[in-house]
Amino acid sequence: MKARVFVTLKQGVLDPQGEAVRHSLHALGFEGVNAVRQGKVIELDLAETDEAQARRSVQEMCEKLLANTVIEDYRVEMLP
Amino acid sequence: MRTAVIVFPGSNCDRDLAVAFRNASGRPPEMIWHKETALPAGIDVIGIPGGFSFGDYLRCGAISARAPIMRAVADFAARGGYVLGICNGFQVLTEAGLLPGALMRNAGLKFVCKDVSLSVQTRNSAFTAGYDKGQHIRIPVAHHDGNYVADPAIVERLRGEDRIAFTYDDNPNGSVADIAGILSENRRVLGMMPHPERMADPTLGGADGAPLFRSLAEALVSS
Repeated sequence: MKARVFVTLKQGVLDPQGEAVRHSLHALGFEGVNAVRQGKVIELDLAETDEAQARRSVQEMCEKLLANTVIEDYRVEMLP
Repeated sequence: MRTAVIVFPGSNCDRDLAVAFRNASGRPPEMIWHKETALPAGIDVIGIPGGFSFGDYLRCGAISARAPIMRAVADFAARGGYVLGICNGFQVLTEAGLLPGALMRNAGLKFVCKDVSLSVQTRNSAFTAGYDKGQHIRIPVAHHDGNYVADPAIVERLRGEDRIAFTYDDNPNGSVADIAGILSENRRVLGMMPHPERMADPTLGGADGAPLFRSLAEALVSS
């Protein structure tokens, strides 16, 4: 089965890249953009077929490598 | 002092660090490929060099921090061994959990490559005993992700325990509390973004980095 991991900066951690994107959007005339936060999407193709087991395994991957939990949060989405 | 330098694919300051170690200790370091699983016996200091290990994929230092040799480096540090991580090496040490906090994209978003003025914040470590407290030294930085972040409680603790080794006099990257380098709890692991190995000989344009290597060598002779 497949899994998608969303890695985002924790609230309160400044995101200079998101800030630069916001400035650029303003320059293009998108004045209504109040804030931009940039993150990552990681897609995994897994051999595991049991969803609960796969989710546990992906969460462990996030804790050990995919996210740096000092500065980042993650969210796991299982796909059929 | 017997030294070793860990080499990852994409390390590019490994030889500079080897020269600095050799000049301070009188013997060349062991160069250790990241796929090794054990360190040679009798090593006193491990250097983790600057560069762009694994192309900075995922996060700077993230892949390197999980390389096979890093388990041996963590054991070495836990036994009280000395570890010096410079630039990408500092990023690797935070990713490996050997130092607290993380290094993020520079606040100005630009790669910063220039000499900066640092203040030595503590003499209380084998790395910094060769300087005076409050001494200003000139050392180059060359990084895109040197913006040190840690939650306020950790910064307070680093301060309280005198573990901030160096601060920037004119912060080039947005680091919290102007932090340029920090020490571990046992004061034997130092991570810093600036490159003392690039300023360790007058022929390089300055020698303000040399006391770091010299005092390390002296501490390890007398121990």
